[in-house]
Amino acid sequence: MATAPLGGIGVSVPRKEDARFIRGKGNYVDDVQLPGMLFLDIVRSPYAYAKILAIHKEKTLAVPGVLAVITGKDLEAAKLSWMPTLMSDTQMVLPTDTVMFQGQEVVGVVATDRYAAADGVAAMEIDYEPMTPVIDPFKALDPGAPVLRTDKPGKKDNHIWHWEVGDKDGTAKALKESDVVIKEKIYIPRIHVSSIETCGCVAQVDSMGKLTVWLTTQAPHAIRTVFALVSGLPENQIRIISPDIGGGFGGKVPVYPGYVIAVVAALTTGHPVKFIEDRTGNLTSDSFARDYHIEAEIGATKDGRLTALRVKTLADHGYTDAAANPSKFPAGMFHVITGSYPFKTAFVEVDAVYTNKPPGGIAYRCSFRVTEAVHAIERLIDILAHQLKMDPAEFRLKNFIPPEAFPFPSVLGWTYDSGNYAGALKKAMEIIDYAGLRKEQVEKRKRGELMGIGISSFTEIVGAGPSKDFDILGIKMFDSAEVRIHPTGKVLARFGTKSQGQGHETTYAQILAEELGIPVEGISVEEGDTDTAPYGLGTYASRSTPTAGAAAVIAARKIREKGAKIAAHLLEVSPDDIEWVDHKFQVKGVPGKSKTMADVAFAAYTNHPQGMEAGLEAVDYYDPPNMTYPFGSYIAVVDIDKETGQIKTRRFVAVDDCGTIINPMIVDGQIHGGLTMGFAPSMLEEIQYDADGNNRATSFLEYLLPTAVETPRWETAKTTTPSPHHPIGAKGVGESATVGAPPAFVNAVVDALEPYGVSNIDIPLSSYKIWQVIHAKDPR
Amino acid sequence: MAIDAVEVQSAMPNHRARTIHVTVNGVPRESHVEARTLLVSYLREHLRLTGTHIGCDTGHCGACTVLVDGTPVKSCMFLAVQSDGSEVRTVEGLETGGKLHPVQEGFHKEHGLQCGYCTPGMMMTSVALLAANPNPTEDEIRRGISGNLCRCTGYVNIVKAIQSAAKEMAAPPKGGP
Repeated sequence: MATAPLGGIGVSVPRKEDARFIRGKGNYVDDVQLPGMLFLDIVRSPYAYAKILAIHKEKTLAVPGVLAVITGKDLEAAKLSWMPTLMSDTQMVLPTDTVMFQGQEVVGVVATDRYAAADGVAAMEIDYEPMTPVIDPFKALDPGAPVLRTDKPGKKDNHIWHWEVGDKDGTAKALKESDVVIKEKIYIPRIHVSSIETCGCVAQVDSMGKLTVWLTTQAPHAIRTVFALVSGLPENQIRIISPDIGGGFGGKVPVYPGYVIAVVAALTTGHPVKFIEDRTGNLTSDSFARDYHIEAEIGATKDGRLTALRVKTLADHGYTDAAANPSKFPAGMFHVITGSYPFKTAFVEVDAVYTNKPPGGIAYRCSFRVTEAVHAIERLIDILAHQLKMDPAEFRLKNFIPPEAFPFPSVLGWTYDSGNYAGALKKAMEIIDYAGLRKEQVEKRKRGELMGIGISSFTEIVGAGPSKDFDILGIKMFDSAEVRIHPTGKVLARFGTKSQGQGHETTYAQILAEELGIPVEGISVEEGDTDTAPYGLGTYASRSTPTAGAAAVIAARKIREKGAKIAAHLLEVSPDDIEWVDHKFQVKGVPGKSKTMADVAFAAYTNHPQGMEAGLEAVDYYDPPNMTYPFGSYIAVVDIDKETGQIKTRRFVAVDDCGTIINPMIVDGQIHGGLTMGFAPSMLEEIQYDADGNNRATSFLEYLLPTAVETPRWETAKTTTPSPHHPIGAKGVGESATVGAPPAFVNAVVDALEPYGVSNIDIPLSSYKIWQVIHAKDPR
Repeated sequence: MAIDAVEVQSAMPNHRARTIHVTVNGVPRESHVEARTLLVSYLREHLRLTGTHIGCDTGHCGACTVLVDGTPVKSCMFLAVQSDGSEVRTVEGLETGGKLHPVQEGFHKEHGLQCGYCTPGMMMTSVALLAANPNPTEDEIRRGISGNLCRCTGYVNIVKAIQSAAKEMAAPPKGGP
């Protein structure tokens, strides 16, 4: 019999999970079908800010198939009309008297099926008294602005919090003494993750009173705990099952009102209840990302050495702060904004504000504000280089933190684990022929053609995080693995994380294959069921490999420790004489005398040493000693049509360094997808509101996800600088490219428009914005 | 608000029901559906063929793409009654006799899927694309799948998957001397 390949670290093992997906046999929440199941649909507010005068249920209740209507008043009676957000703010489940944004959930309609529920929603009549909404976040802070959160006793304004870090006076002094200082305003607009599967759930209460919720969630355990705290149900009577998830990107971390209404409907009707958002509900009410108004100053000496950085930001959080940041850091890891450069002084302040918009501050493939930080610093570096008449690549290479400086303490409090920034940039420059492109650009400019080259050399911060600094609602951000080896040498491994397409069933199996010497095909990975998986904080912010991946390694090594004793027993030597070589237990120096993990596993249940516990399994809850800091350098080349303002991305080279790579094929896939979600807000996507608070992107007709036609043909390459503190040196990669790509596009476009003297254009870089820049100077 | 099961069943409206005859993945079906039932609801809820997904309800994302008489159709914008008398093929009908379709093989081999949600629709479009154009260029593939949105892959490996399937389908059958 041929030996199955091990499929360990560094091998492009085809994905195990594909077997069901390519056959249409995935099991997503909407695929769950239970006997007697009802369907919940939701009536949403047409106004951004209004009093509810009356809810007329009669016509809805008369619709065939409609069984119940749930209002805020019904929930208030059960003390469930409000719920906590992950940032310890509060959010309405359903309003009792006032709606706070257009698209807000107002009434739940429960019916026998989806069509009847939609009929019930259409028949609902609600009397509103519209009020003037607060839409502009700057005006929200005006002294005369209406106070939106009147539910908070004593609240006199729309300010949520102020957060700052760094040396305010030292930074002011350093900027004053700098030869060159530039100041720029940069707006990172509101965007929406729009995973192709929307959010939803199926809630069921069984005959023993146990609540099971199939839920589109990236963090099932944390959600179970929140459900227990909010509902008062004992936590052992709640089971959250996160089945296959059709894309998450951070949008499936929060608890949305529809979930709670479905649970209430299941509890009160005694029937299972399904709730699946339609796309408009998804685009108008689920949490948003970004919406940061940044004002930044950066200084340098005249010979091009960076001196200081000062950043002031206004964060539009909508009507509640429903971000999912660690509680210690309300602006996430925004203070990684000193980027790939050794600033000696810096100061960052962020103010968050309420407006009449849906909750903001959640992820779009990066929740912790790293994208905003990278966008700002990589734009500023380019503007500064231009001001100093230095090539932006040369300017970066002159200022990068050098490889020998790691671990590098950043001035705003992080300790970068490892990096070789110049290595990544030089590799990207070589692949794309940077020098050749610059020559071509000179020629094209002489002919009046618009071609631009843009660089982004980003430093990421992922793997949250060390328990001393990182928690969500008090729950520390460890993650977990539980590994069991069966008597025949097959493995069941369960994790506290939850894949949404990242391929955990394959990559975790590869880590365990490497550590246990058991072929990947004999290792099953399970996640997402809180009744079976060990507690963990879930998958977002590129944390799975840095945390749960490390837990897998440590659990496997615990198993090896016990395994060595069993192997010693089988080989009749002292455990001290056993070493782990070539994925086997071997007598030191005697290659012929060895036992495989499968031999040891069989013995663990059939012939274990007297006095030793039977079985072969281990659990690890991994508390990372530090964050990990993936990095990379991206170069975009664009050509712009002067007549139309249309941008064509000619080439885009991405050199990423995510430390040790477990599965190169999967890592490349993550980077392709991440780049596309960096391209999307750079060029196409934005959720805009008009002055009345109307959302102007309520379907994919207005909210433009890139198709295969617009998406650039990505070119990827790697450097490998392992993390010194992660047990296999891996750093995480899911969000890197989304974080790193946008400034490369903007830098390229601004570079192309150099003849027009523009220093910044806010994303998305629409043809119309570009056309305006060209025609402001060159009207025709 | 307690509701009993009898009430749930009797509440199903049936006065606008129509009878349709559809062959789905080679199996002839006679079904009673409401006139307004979308094809995607018929497939997912009546036939429990849940491989066809709903992504946007407006015909933009293509997650619900199936083949009706060989033509790709967004089944969230197509009534079940419109498929009366037709052959409908869904992702569940791609594998035949325990053998994966070359498009399925291609998506697996080239890592053309991640979360898997757009995948069935994307594969059905690919099958139709290759039937119409067995040897497409990269541009033709990208245009051909531009009615199907994928949020995970950046399309790079989907293009490779379709190229791989095209090559496989063009190859002479294995075996022989």
